[in-house]
Amino acid sequence: MMSDGHHEELPFWRKYIFSTDHKVIGIQYCVTGLVFLFFGFCLMMLMRWQLAYPDQPIPLIGGLFGDARAPGGIMLPDFYNELGAMHGTIMVFLGVVPLAVGGFGNLILPLQIGAPDMAFPKINMVSYWSLFLGGVTMFGSFFLEGGAAQSGWTSYAPLADIASSGQTAWLIGMIFLITSSLLGSINFIVTTIQLRAKGLSFFRLSFFCWAQFVTAFLLLLAFPPLEAAGVLQLMDRLADTSFFLPDGLVISGEILERSGGGSPLLWQHLFWFLAHPEVYVLILPAMGIVAEVIANNTRKPLWGYRAMVYALIFLGFMSFIVWAHHMFMTGMGSTLATFFQTTTMIISIPSVIILSALLLSLWGGSIRFNTPMLFALAFLPMFGIGGLTGLPLGLAAPDIALHDTYYVIGHFHYVVAPGTIFALFAGVYFWYPKATGRKMSETLGKWHFWPSLIFMNGVFFPMLIQGLYGVSRRLADGGATYDFAGSVGPLNRMMSWSAWGLALAQIPFVINFFMSLRNGKTAGDNPWDATTVEWAAPSPPPHGNFATEPVVYRGPYEYSVPGADKDFVPQTQEG
Amino acid sequence: MGADHAEINRHVRIYLMVFASLLVLTGLTVAAWKWGPAAVGPTIAVALLIAIVKASLVALFFMHLSAEKRLIYWVLALTVAFFLALLFLPILTASNAITL
Amino acid sequence: MLIPYVVKPRADTGLNNGKIGIWLFLASEVMLFGALFATYLMMRLGSSDWPVGTTYLDPRWAALNTIVLITSSVTMVMAWAMSAKRNFKMFRFYMLCTVGLGLVFMGIKYIEYTAKFDHHYYPSTNVFLAIYFTLTGLHGLHVLGGMIVNSYFALFGKKAYNENPEWFTNRVENSGLFWHFVDLVWIFLFPILYLL
Repeated sequence: MMSDGHHEELPFWRKYIFSTDHKVIGIQYCVTGLVFLFFGFCLMMLMRWQLAYPDQPIPLIGGLFGDARAPGGIMLPDFYNELGAMHGTIMVFLGVVPLAVGGFGNLILPLQIGAPDMAFPKINMVSYWSLFLGGVTMFGSFFLEGGAAQSGWTSYAPLADIASSGQTAWLIGMIFLITSSLLGSINFIVTTIQLRAKGLSFFRLSFFCWAQFVTAFLLLLAFPPLEAAGVLQLMDRLADTSFFLPDGLVISGEILERSGGGSPLLWQHLFWFLAHPEVYVLILPAMGIVAEVIANNTRKPLWGYRAMVYALIFLGFMSFIVWAHHMFMTGMGSTLATFFQTTTMIISIPSVIILSALLLSLWGGSIRFNTPMLFALAFLPMFGIGGLTGLPLGLAAPDIALHDTYYVIGHFHYVVAPGTIFALFAGVYFWYPKATGRKMSETLGKWHFWPSLIFMNGVFFPMLIQGLYGVSRRLADGGATYDFAGSVGPLNRMMSWSAWGLALAQIPFVINFFMSLRNGKTAGDNPWDATTVEWAAPSPPPHGNFATEPVVYRGPYEYSVPGADKDFVPQTQEG
Repeated sequence: MGADHAEINRHVRIYLMVFASLLVLTGLTVAAWKWGPAAVGPTIAVALLIAIVKASLVALFFMHLSAEKRLIYWVLALTVAFFLALLFLPILTASNAITL
Repeated sequence: MLIPYVVKPRADTGLNNGKIGIWLFLASEVMLFGALFATYLMMRLGSSDWPVGTTYLDPRWAALNTIVLITSSVTMVMAWAMSAKRNFKMFRFYMLCTVGLGLVFMGIKYIEYTAKFDHHYYPSTNVFLAIYFTLTGLHGLHVLGGMIVNSYFALFGKKAYNENPEWFTNRVENSGLFWHFVDLVWIFLFPILYLL
């Protein structure tokens, strides 16, 4: 018997607040992630006003920011930097990762492997509340004198070493977030290895589970160096050390009274050692979700499942040895530049294998164009653009022209925004019935999807053009002071209007999300006629998940099996 | 239903032998530093070599690695690979820098 | 709720959940200290006048601390062995020895640090001292953490031991793995910082 035989009714605060149930924790992560995605989105909308209409008062809310940030409602450059640094930090560490890994991972992984919960439920709870504390710290840092961190999400030394106290809060916040991820990754790995149901061998695992498994290893081994770097930067800021401060540093005309002897490049190495694998943390769970939704809505097995899994493992391994392609412009010699360029080109191969396999999976399928499938389908070309635009950045020579331009911003946003976030939307629409017992509205879903797709491209495609023209990133006036950028000013306005349109396009989603909790059509256990194990549990699953321990008899994508009486054979079905 | 007492006693004997070896090796570390090679390179090599031997003893016997399961070995092998990348690639990059 | 393999090992891996968990955690710690060792390397190789350890540090204290930690590793593994042999009294004895030796280690560190401060040697003085204080400081925090966990097992573990001695012994073993790792880091820190 897997469900709790004791039936002691837990008090409200232990059932819903300090819960050790992976489903409650998963929903906590999802809600927190979505809230921070919204907050990070708002930060970006403010930036886009400044880019579209430089030095004009922010309408309606301009007076709220005070004279330190926006005197007369006009954004100061430091405020722009604050928005930029925190937009990146919040989207990556408080938005996407908690949603993709903490949210979907916690909610779905134990169900898909037929487990009663995660291997370490109490540690799971601690990892969520660590994230929460990190979020409070990051959000609270806006209220410090001098504002929040404003040295880029990359916090490069020496600037970050001497920045205002918001940077110290950023470092402390990161330590909470890193702790959360480390604890979570240990849980995911042990759970996947040890708690698979009987008959569920590794190559019968869903691609989603594989993706979460590899992602957990990336988090486990790549985050600690950033944690170390954070400690070192805290030492620089609080104990006056010089880990990242070179000899004879002059700031505002004055020599900095520090011992020197440090290296700003050291910060970059330690930061990017994490931050490169981090971008694969951002994409792998998304690929996992897309794979599930595509297999289900083509009524066909995934094409090349084994190749996809091997590609995933190879990708995870390679992601640790490409990081200095973010540092080609730091005076690197040609030997090491060649090394990192080569590994970067090699790592594109498994990405292409996975994307191609997902595309080929569509061939001959009986495609159902429901909302999750629309988002999953859109992911494919969007991730394609994101990936292709990465190639000239990964090659040292073209990177000379493109580094730190809007081309970079366009590239990575294509991968994360119409890439990962679309996949996450697909996941929400797909698994909402399992988590709540109700289906979301298809009509509202389409009103969410189509404008989002159009506006996403409206925001990010022009960035690629601007970057090719040489417009630098992180310019508080959007490049208006540069002659050559003057002609791309209209593009700034078009992008900003697309961003605000994108905001409006999310309204149907928010309405749908909350309304369907009450008014959505009741979903049974398996409203999508899916094969994977989570659909054998009730919707929503009770504490303990399954009434009897599930047994798995076959692989995860047995759709349209010749001779079967239905067009899908669940993994847990006998015979 | 405790574990086999004879087995544990055998382990304890090994622990005490490892303890003795570690004490000797610590003494050797200090001796090598005081009376060993003078040049920087060989000094570092000797010190690190002894440290690696000591660490191996702790890992293999106190941490029971000599009798661990394959999964643990794989995790550690992966970790060592990335540890080496972390240790050496930044140095190599710095040494390969463009200088004026 | 019944989570399997908390105590009994799973057949195909031969391991229980906690053992894998602690080794994964140690893997992350290898990367954490690895980053700091990489920092040491970069600072040293980028410096033209790196001070030899004895300029600021006294190897005698550190050699003593090395012996203290090695001994504590022995008492730690003995504590596990006693728990495995179901001798709680001896388990508690060896565990408290381990905590006591940890206290001695921290005491010697206190003496060392205050001696530095008396000479006006601070982390801000130069990069050697900066990395010395950071490496040994982080290591010291790990010793403290291990001491807290070990104290908990020694002083409050009787109930858990009586309820499920096998699970208790496994948890002691896992705590021991952490403790040995901390010893292992020191085995490298000692020669690198003090002697080279």
